[in-house]
Amino acid sequence: MTKNKDVLLEINDLRIEAFSDEEWFEIVHGVDLTLHRGEVLGLIGESGAGKSTIGLAAMGFARDGCRISGGTIEFDGMELTTTSKADRRALRGSRIAYVAQSAAASFNPSHRIIDQHTEAPVHYRIQKRLEAQEDAMELYRRLRLPNPTEIGFRYPHQVSGGQLQRAMTAMAMACRPDLIIFDEPTTALDVTTQIEVLAAIRDIVDQFNTAAIYITHDLAVVAQMADRIKVLLKGEEVEEASTDQMLESPQEDYTKSLWAVRSFKSPQKLRPGGDAKPIISVQNIEAAYGPVKVLEDVSFDIYPGMTVAVVGESGSGKSTAARCITGLLPPKSGQILFEGEPLPPGYKSRSKDQLRQIQMIYQMADTALNPKVQIGEIIGRPAKFYSGLSGNKLKSRVDELLDLIELEPSQYYNRYPPELSGGQKQRVGIARALAANPKFIICDEVTSALDQLVAEGILRLLDELQKEFNLAYMFITHDLATVRSIADEVVVMQKGRVIEQGPKEEMFTPPHHPYTDLLLSSVPEMDPNWLSTVLDERGVDNIGDAVTMAIETESSGGLDGNQS
Amino acid sequence: MGGIFGLVLKRLLLGLVTLLVVSILIFFAVELLPGDIAQAVLGQGATDETVRAMREQLGLDRPALVRYLEWLFGALQGDFGVSLVSGERVSEVISDRFANTLFLAAYAAVIAVPISIILGIMVALLRNSLFDRVANVLTLTSISSPEFFLGYILILYLAVKTSYFPAIASLSSDMSFPDLLHRTFLPALTLVLVVTAHMMRMTRAAIINLLASPYIEMARLKGVPPWLVIVRHALPNAWAPIINVVALNLAYLITGVVLVEVVFVYPGIGQFLVDAVAKRDFPIVQACCLIFAATFILLNLAADVGAILTNPRLRHPK
Repeated sequence: MTKNKDVLLEINDLRIEAFSDEEWFEIVHGVDLTLHRGEVLGLIGESGAGKSTIGLAAMGFARDGCRISGGTIEFDGMELTTTSKADRRALRGSRIAYVAQSAAASFNPSHRIIDQHTEAPVHYRIQKRLEAQEDAMELYRRLRLPNPTEIGFRYPHQVSGGQLQRAMTAMAMACRPDLIIFDEPTTALDVTTQIEVLAAIRDIVDQFNTAAIYITHDLAVVAQMADRIKVLLKGEEVEEASTDQMLESPQEDYTKSLWAVRSFKSPQKLRPGGDAKPIISVQNIEAAYGPVKVLEDVSFDIYPGMTVAVVGESGSGKSTAARCITGLLPPKSGQILFEGEPLPPGYKSRSKDQLRQIQMIYQMADTALNPKVQIGEIIGRPAKFYSGLSGNKLKSRVDELLDLIELEPSQYYNRYPPELSGGQKQRVGIARALAANPKFIICDEVTSALDQLVAEGILRLLDELQKEFNLAYMFITHDLATVRSIADEVVVMQKGRVIEQGPKEEMFTPPHHPYTDLLLSSVPEMDPNWLSTVLDERGVDNIGDAVTMAIETESSGGLDGNQS
Repeated sequence: MGGIFGLVLKRLLLGLVTLLVVSILIFFAVELLPGDIAQAVLGQGATDETVRAMREQLGLDRPALVRYLEWLFGALQGDFGVSLVSGERVSEVISDRFANTLFLAAYAAVIAVPISIILGIMVALLRNSLFDRVANVLTLTSISSPEFFLGYILILYLAVKTSYFPAIASLSSDMSFPDLLHRTFLPALTLVLVVTAHMMRMTRAAIINLLASPYIEMARLKGVPPWLVIVRHALPNAWAPIINVVALNLAYLITGVVLVEVVFVYPGIGQFLVDAVAKRDFPIVQACCLIFAATFILLNLAADVGAILTNPRLRHPK
């Protein structure tokens, strides 16, 4: 890559305010940023660090309810904080483009993909409509989308998430901008899809020598994409350095803690020998939503005190299996044993005690907790329902539970969910599950909506609780780093079937089933050369598609049409 | 497209079932009206014999169920029986009147629907501006005033004081079309004032509701000018609620015109219905009610179908 050392974007002492509770308060406190032509800068930090806000400010844009209150943003000699609205708008889409986190939500459902693509070049009179369409197809080809001449004429909902994300990158390229802001472009994707999109983005940014700001919370991803990395915390810069230097010798404590975050590992436990009974035994279950089959012949056992991680891409049936165990979705055939006794298929026909033994913790603590109910009542309700506690006994039980999740009872008892941070809410979700005194808890992607440091805290808490109460966990996740740190056994699912299962050590040592292999090798690593190495190893520059195809034919005869 | 066809067919069948239920309600509601119909028609002075004769003549001595079924099958063939007062065939008297009401409704709709949607788009674009507030206050004032009051105000200023338009919207068969439009302008304008606010505010709300969507932000970040963001990116996704409120108001234009027709002495079905109720002319009351119900159901059906057709996910299945 040839690098022109011209400065393209220069941000000085940027301050941004947000409006809340009838007053403006600062959320970005004086950030400096310099970007040269053709350079990729990684912005990294936890949620609330101001990454996206700064990214949008680089386009001279502030979301509704935000305003740029100070500092300068100079783009190619033009001061964005003082230029007219119309001039600023004229930059967007033509010279600075944006790629959003969720392509599925950021494409307009009412228009064909290619019409949205050609909108900017036609608007700026760079190309005629038909020329722009030709160009779109060329970009689709370069981004290795299947059927590049045809795919643009579909509507967004007719195309898969990974393909849409690539189509959005193509759209950002439509006017050959000088700068693209990538705002968490792969966060919503499965690892196997993520790797395709990462390779495509890196490739095309390289081909056109476009400068980019790559915003993410995933260190391993940013290590693949960026030349330099800037770490942000609560609207302030922590440090900035070249990618190699940042990975090898981070200076600040906060950066070091981010780097060390995946260090947590609970010792692997093995199944009890002899005639120990599994606490949950799923036997040959088959399930469907209406006519759509989603599970076929799924069997696995979970023993007391152990953590079984169920992994797979979205649509693989992980959550459906959990719904069958809880009785929310009665399986069509097969049965589920609890300590050797068959459970009635539907939750309505289960006894209170059977219901009590199986509890759930959800991915989105935000939506899983009623925002209008106090924490004490949220936790107290299952304690009252299942154990019949009331009055002082109930109060002391709730206090005990709050102590367990390390929230000071006197402080949190009367608070409401929206007053809590994401990690605290998830802790409340855990306490609510514990309140029933269960032996088995299903954790459905409990850490995937959380920042890494917070997620680690939750994993540690779950691990301690397991030791204390001999709980069994079914841990649904698509994040293999989480699996490494907490699982004892692993079940790999694909398209409604169990592909492979066994103890964790075994699963992480070859030989694997090819799908497991694909999953494992797709997880980004902190090595900046990881992406190139994987692509080399797979022997194709068209990653993903080729490999996925190979596996699909191998395990064909599976279920169709459940990936919607 | 098979999926859409199925959906539409399902809605259509549901509409028919609703209409059947409504027909039962209408028939037996009229049946429950206090007092004997024959007695009411003949007046206080009628002897028992004449009342009995009248009852027989009307078939009122037979069981209600039998009469309902006869009435229903008649209605299916467009025969609503005979007026008790004039002895004319109900279907013949009503059809002219109904055509007049439809004309007035269409007249008002042709003005009101485009105005409301365009105003709705403009206030969404200029939200929280002076224009937005003024438009809101004016339309809210017009919707909050009783329609007879609006009618009389319009008569006062546009007919009595200035004589731009006639105060009475009577029709004759030899009027030319421009004449007709001129003659019926005031009642149409009254109706426009009544329905515009609702449709405009719904258009505004439906559009503003979408402005926080990521795809709207994406459009803005592509440099699309604000009015195009609204017209091209928000409006196509806002049609479903707009169509629904338009259908509701169209139905109101047909079934809710009673007062306006009375104020302007317009020979529509609403005024006819009021007369018939006063005279206990129950075949006409039943026919009018059934027509109103069918209008409501039909327009709501059209709104449902419209909402389905504007949903790209249904229009372009995977």
